[in-house]
Amino acid sequence: MSGAVATAEPIGRRNWLKPSIARERRWALWASYIVLVFFAIGFLAPPYFELVTALKTSQQIGSGKDPWFTAHPYFGNFIGIITNPDFQTFFLNTVKVTLIVVVLTLAMSILAAYALARMRFFGSHAFATGVFLTYLVPESLLFIPLFKVLSFLHLINSTWCLVLVWPTLSVPFCTWIMIGYFSSIPKELDEAAMIDGASHLQMLWKIFIPVALPGIIAATIFAFTVCWGDFLYPLAYLFTGKQMVLTAGIVSDLIHGDVLDWGHIMAANVVASAPPVIIYAFLMDYYIAGLTAGATKG
Amino acid sequence: MAQVTLRKVSKSYDQHVQAVKAIDLDIADEEFVVLVGPSGCGKTTTLRMIAGLEEITDGEISIAGELVNDVPPRDRDIAMVFQNYALYPHMTVFDNMAFGLKLRKFPRAEIKQRVDEAARILDIGTLLARKPKALSGGQRQRVAMGRAIVRHPKVFLFDEPLSNLDAKLRVQMRTEIKKVHQAVRTTTVYVTHDQVEAMTLADRVVVMNHGVIEQVGPPQELYHNPLTRFVAGFIGSPAMNFVPCRLETVGNQLMLRLTDEIRLPVPSSRVDRYSPYKDHNVLVGIRPEHLTELKDPAKPNVVRFDAHLDVTEPMGMEIMVHFRINGTELCGRIDPSVRAEAGEILPMSADLNHMHLIDADTGRVV
Amino acid sequence: MADGTTGISADALHGFAPSVRRGGLRRFAQRRSTIAVLMCLPLIALIAGLVVYPFFYSIYLSMLSRDATRFIGLFNYRYLLRSDTFDLVIFQSCFFAITAVFFKALIGFILAHVMHNISGRDQRIWRGLLLIPWVIPPALSTLGFWWMLSGNYSAVNWILGQFGIPQVAWLSNTWTARLWVAGVNVWYGTPFFMIMYLATLKSVPDQLYEAAAIDGATWLQKIRFISLPMLRNIISITVLFSLIVTFANFDIVQILTTGAPADTTHVFATYAFQLGIQGGNISLGAAVSLFIFPILAVFSIFILRGVGRRAREGM
Repeated sequence: MSGAVATAEPIGRRNWLKPSIARERRWALWASYIVLVFFAIGFLAPPYFELVTALKTSQQIGSGKDPWFTAHPYFGNFIGIITNPDFQTFFLNTVKVTLIVVVLTLAMSILAAYALARMRFFGSHAFATGVFLTYLVPESLLFIPLFKVLSFLHLINSTWCLVLVWPTLSVPFCTWIMIGYFSSIPKELDEAAMIDGASHLQMLWKIFIPVALPGIIAATIFAFTVCWGDFLYPLAYLFTGKQMVLTAGIVSDLIHGDVLDWGHIMAANVVASAPPVIIYAFLMDYYIAGLTAGATKG
Repeated sequence: MAQVTLRKVSKSYDQHVQAVKAIDLDIADEEFVVLVGPSGCGKTTTLRMIAGLEEITDGEISIAGELVNDVPPRDRDIAMVFQNYALYPHMTVFDNMAFGLKLRKFPRAEIKQRVDEAARILDIGTLLARKPKALSGGQRQRVAMGRAIVRHPKVFLFDEPLSNLDAKLRVQMRTEIKKVHQAVRTTTVYVTHDQVEAMTLADRVVVMNHGVIEQVGPPQELYHNPLTRFVAGFIGSPAMNFVPCRLETVGNQLMLRLTDEIRLPVPSSRVDRYSPYKDHNVLVGIRPEHLTELKDPAKPNVVRFDAHLDVTEPMGMEIMVHFRINGTELCGRIDPSVRAEAGEILPMSADLNHMHLIDADTGRVV
Repeated sequence: MADGTTGISADALHGFAPSVRRGGLRRFAQRRSTIAVLMCLPLIALIAGLVVYPFFYSIYLSMLSRDATRFIGLFNYRYLLRSDTFDLVIFQSCFFAITAVFFKALIGFILAHVMHNISGRDQRIWRGLLLIPWVIPPALSTLGFWWMLSGNYSAVNWILGQFGIPQVAWLSNTWTARLWVAGVNVWYGTPFFMIMYLATLKSVPDQLYEAAAIDGATWLQKIRFISLPMLRNIISITVLFSLIVTFANFDIVQILTTGAPADTTHVFATYAFQLGIQGGNISLGAAVSLFIFPILAVFSIFILRGVGRRAREGM
């Protein structure tokens, strides 16, 4: 009896000293969650703060009391901003130009990517590398010469200038993503289609585009995000409210407008951020897959 | 009438690598021909040249009497089944099979009728609405065949279609392919690296190696009368044993000298055939089934010997035994009723009536 | 484009009565490369007209006088390199990029591992939450940061006040402003690093970690001897890539400080904007923005090598 107890104890202690794999995993899990919660608070505080501010009246904001909380949400700012004709113009301009650029981007990048992935021609490999390098060229390197180019084309202070310059931000990477997706389609699939009697365009339209649809979704989201969020080009090339888009419009026009009303500005901020956030909420997986494939597969 | 003819067909890449070297081949209408050989022997390249997926460097290929060298694949009226099936992942089984017909602007009713017919032959009628992702390997294989059948092409081309299946399914689909061929009787060219597949499927087997055709013939003929050492070793499993030796005359008897101690008499029926090779280095080729436990020693040209067994492999209906003679590894096939264990010495007999003699210099069977 | 299309369909029609002609297949291949070039033409035009040409034009512009009438060679560059303000800009650009990228990579690495520990469905939710900073257009969230930090009664100061810490004028002090500018960039960019590393971590076979566990490795050793080597390539690609992007960053500085206090937070992009667009000295602005180019050129070469190596490894 006593012997049994004596032997049982050291075994128990050994278990406690050398944690089992299950226990180790549990610890790792807890630690992981603690780190995650810490960073989630840090990451989400600013957007939360914007939302809270947007839900306050000017008096509440001005009082400086408890900036992180409001007991009685006030929706006047949202109504105010949605009915604001300036804001409506910004929003419509952004939607219009973004959609046009997204369509242009897809057309250009899918055609080019198909040619580069499947129809090898003289210099195609070097050109594909060149496309990738173009993607690395930042807009802040080019906005000054482009200002001269656009002045020459009489497009300064016209929303349409963005249709010209935004594709330089979106097309190279979208082409890169699509080259990756098209290359991952087995060659036998084209050969089967070739034997089935498909021409190049039929092959692209009926085989490649449907099969690479996840890549096309990723490219679409990328193009959308880049255009919707771009700030430098509209700020540099657009001056008047009628031509303005959301980012530059909110930052320059609303702030330098009649009254500096933070409730209004933050409501505008929230409304303007909503479309990309909503798109991500639904299509995040496609986008991440496309992005990581683009960066890792090359 | 869709015979396929290859005349001096060559394929080279970058001037240096010659994948296929001036091969000639005549495939008759309704014939099932299998191209077999180790990887890199040029069999797939040959098939792809027939399909029009590879350009021909030199020579002529004609299908149904028509020169097709410069005809793009879609106009050659062929259908191909690929190793990885190459099913269109975004289309249903029906659409996969109908795609080629739709592109050729067939009327809808005929497309449906043809697809249904193919589905009936292949027993995939219940799968027509599914996408390839929802199919098993064997089902995908059937759909890939269905896609070829519906076209009613002049020639079927198969590129190692069974190599992605597990062993059991492979055997099953092999039968299936044979049945389909018996049903539709379309000229078929089939590529595989698996000699068992080649033997079981083919009307005629084409054995290729290093870009040339080693031998063409019906399966049994290749097995019993190989023309080259390569064919002798490639066809049959386990492979034929090769023992290096020297052809010598001792007294007035033609003998195969393995070592000073081991000499085998050449069967009298073959003396005339072999005597020109006297004093040559030769290889004796003998299949495992002719190296057996000691049987009826009175039979002419059966030599008895003792084998020191290295490994035994019981297979159920037979036991494979591995042993060495004069440093050469040999494999024999004995009856399971004989007790044989590794490490033991087993009296065995070699039936020289079935031997092959290979000229060691040319690699040709004498 | 139209030419190529009709060419193809004419060929397809021919097909039903194949006319045999020597070299047809070769001509087919030749036509194929013509179509390919045509398909690339819009992209070629875009890159040539709106990237390559402006770049060289920019070099030319930077050598003109303020009123763009005289060619003055490298005078603008000499002027910039002698100006004290531009020294500050160079320093701040480097400080900003290096600090921000270091912390983005570090936090991204930690978060990817932490995220890798938790399982499927939870991971999706947390990943979604932590991606939010990267999803919101940075110009808009920087505006939110500005409101959070500006003035004595800012929201950040309010929190510090709860702990009895005195008010700080964050954006009016050189160093606090510099740190916040970098901080906002870290906040915005970390999620990108996180998902890149997480995706690569997922491709590392679990057996490696299990083998290491059997060999007696602690979690730190697992990171040191398995994660880091496996992630080395993607880390270098993301860091180099991010260095380029961060070095050229415009939005955050422009909105948060516009270079204030006393031009100490200006980076190349904002300084170029101030001189070139707002100040109307296009030549000088072009010269400033061209300082981004050497960094771009050097790092691009390394990225290309990294991407090439990755492609060869087939990961």
